[in-house]
Amino acid sequence: MNWIDTILQGVLLGGLYALFAAGLSLVFGIMRLVNLAHGDLIILAAYLILVIVSALGLNPFLAALVAMPVMFALGWLLQRVVLNRVLGNDILPPLLVTFGLSIVIQNALLQGFSADSQRIGAGALETASVDFGPVTLGVMPMLTFASAILVIVGLNQLFYRTAMGRAFRATSDDPVTASLMGIKPASVFAQATGIAMIVVTIAALYLGMRANFDPTIGPARLIYAFEAVIIGGLGSLWGTLAGGVIIGVAQTLGAAVNPEWQILAGHVAFLLVLLVRPRGLFPRAYD
Amino acid sequence: MTILSLKDVSKSYGALRVTDGVSFDVPQGQALGIIGPNGAGKSTLFNLITGNVPADAGTITLMGRDVTRLTPMQRCLMGVGRSFQIPQPFGNLTVFENLLVAATHGTGASEREVSRRCAVILERTELIDRANQPAGSLSLLGRKRLELARAMATDPKLLLLDEIAGGLTEGECQALVATIRAIHAEGVTIIWIEHVLHALNAVVERLLVLDFGQVIGMGDPATVMASKEVREIYLGIEV
Repeated sequence: MNWIDTILQGVLLGGLYALFAAGLSLVFGIMRLVNLAHGDLIILAAYLILVIVSALGLNPFLAALVAMPVMFALGWLLQRVVLNRVLGNDILPPLLVTFGLSIVIQNALLQGFSADSQRIGAGALETASVDFGPVTLGVMPMLTFASAILVIVGLNQLFYRTAMGRAFRATSDDPVTASLMGIKPASVFAQATGIAMIVVTIAALYLGMRANFDPTIGPARLIYAFEAVIIGGLGSLWGTLAGGVIIGVAQTLGAAVNPEWQILAGHVAFLLVLLVRPRGLFPRAYD
Repeated sequence: MTILSLKDVSKSYGALRVTDGVSFDVPQGQALGIIGPNGAGKSTLFNLITGNVPADAGTITLMGRDVTRLTPMQRCLMGVGRSFQIPQPFGNLTVFENLLVAATHGTGASEREVSRRCAVILERTELIDRANQPAGSLSLLGRKRLELARAMATDPKLLLLDEIAGGLTEGECQALVATIRAIHAEGVTIIWIEHVLHALNAVVERLLVLDFGQVIGMGDPATVMASKEVREIYLGIEV
């Protein structure tokens, strides 16, 4: 067994998990909203890209670009019309509402697209690989990982370098005081969810090109995303990438020992990190 | 010119009248101190002025305009700045970012326009060395200074300070008083609620005494403090 190869494949897989998790981390970090429909929203975006690809005959990457504003608008509306109403001191209402949303999305997709599994065709890119001597890495996993890094760098720039980002962080710290400063939390939250949906679209693009999907696989993606966010420390985006990489590496190592251990090894790694660092690897400094 | 005017302002919570027919004027540039026992309705009076609590009766006039029905946001944009009794900084933002957020949203300007002014305010409130630290790492004095700086960042014409000197050591208190004096010297009108009387007396020109929601004394600080009624009610001294 080639250890370096296994670990590198795991790191690259972690990029995909980080993409799944980044949107979740963003929304949780800003409004303390646990979105149980996050995985289903990724699947919804994947179908949207698929429809654009087949209807307009576009390249999947261009189709994702077209899907982004649509998903942003959807996220903005979802937050404004539904989620803002249930945010408050009680964490149960948002959980119930997003759980319901998850069921609605799954069944709507089932109605519209049937239970057949689908795939976004990416042509030669699907099998292309680059030989690095002892290891051979797929172009698609490398693109995924690079996109994850770009997404996280981009979100961090937005957070720490722009007025909008400062409003996000101020609202995240204390919505009541923020509103006294003239920030409108309801509109900040809507923008944040819109941006999270753009990240969701990027995650959906790679999910759809790398694997088959059907309307019901969202919740399974949500689990990995959750674990990545929690390992990383709630609300830290680089932490989320680290979390994704840890789960990815644990899974490929587990699979290398025994293929049945792949999923289990990821969950065990998650529990081990929590044992040592209950607040995650990079928790927020002040809560 | 009168910057703030309250006329027969009242507020009740159930049967409890926390503000009972309060009337007073604050001329532009004055520093007014408000004292009174705990529960006298001092903080409620501030909430009525900022609009966080709606008045049941009476009118509040800000720079000649009736603001009784305006929202806190609208009053903030008109120039009412406020520091809180318990400091509430955005702990994960740096000190400078705390000011930027307050300045951009409190005045509607862009970050570029306000950044220089924010730096000047940090200098004056002696926070400039800590500008890039997360606000959550500040000491109590630092947090109080940040409250002051953040209120200043909204470019207030009227600055409301709520027990900003409470809980500080003697030396810290004097340092903060010097800063507030400097701000007042530039012409900012200040209304200051405070239990630390010597801090208050070092700045204010006029004193207002509240008890059970009513104004029981107002005027020159020395005269007010010497009056029998105030000494009995406020200081609990039998005269």
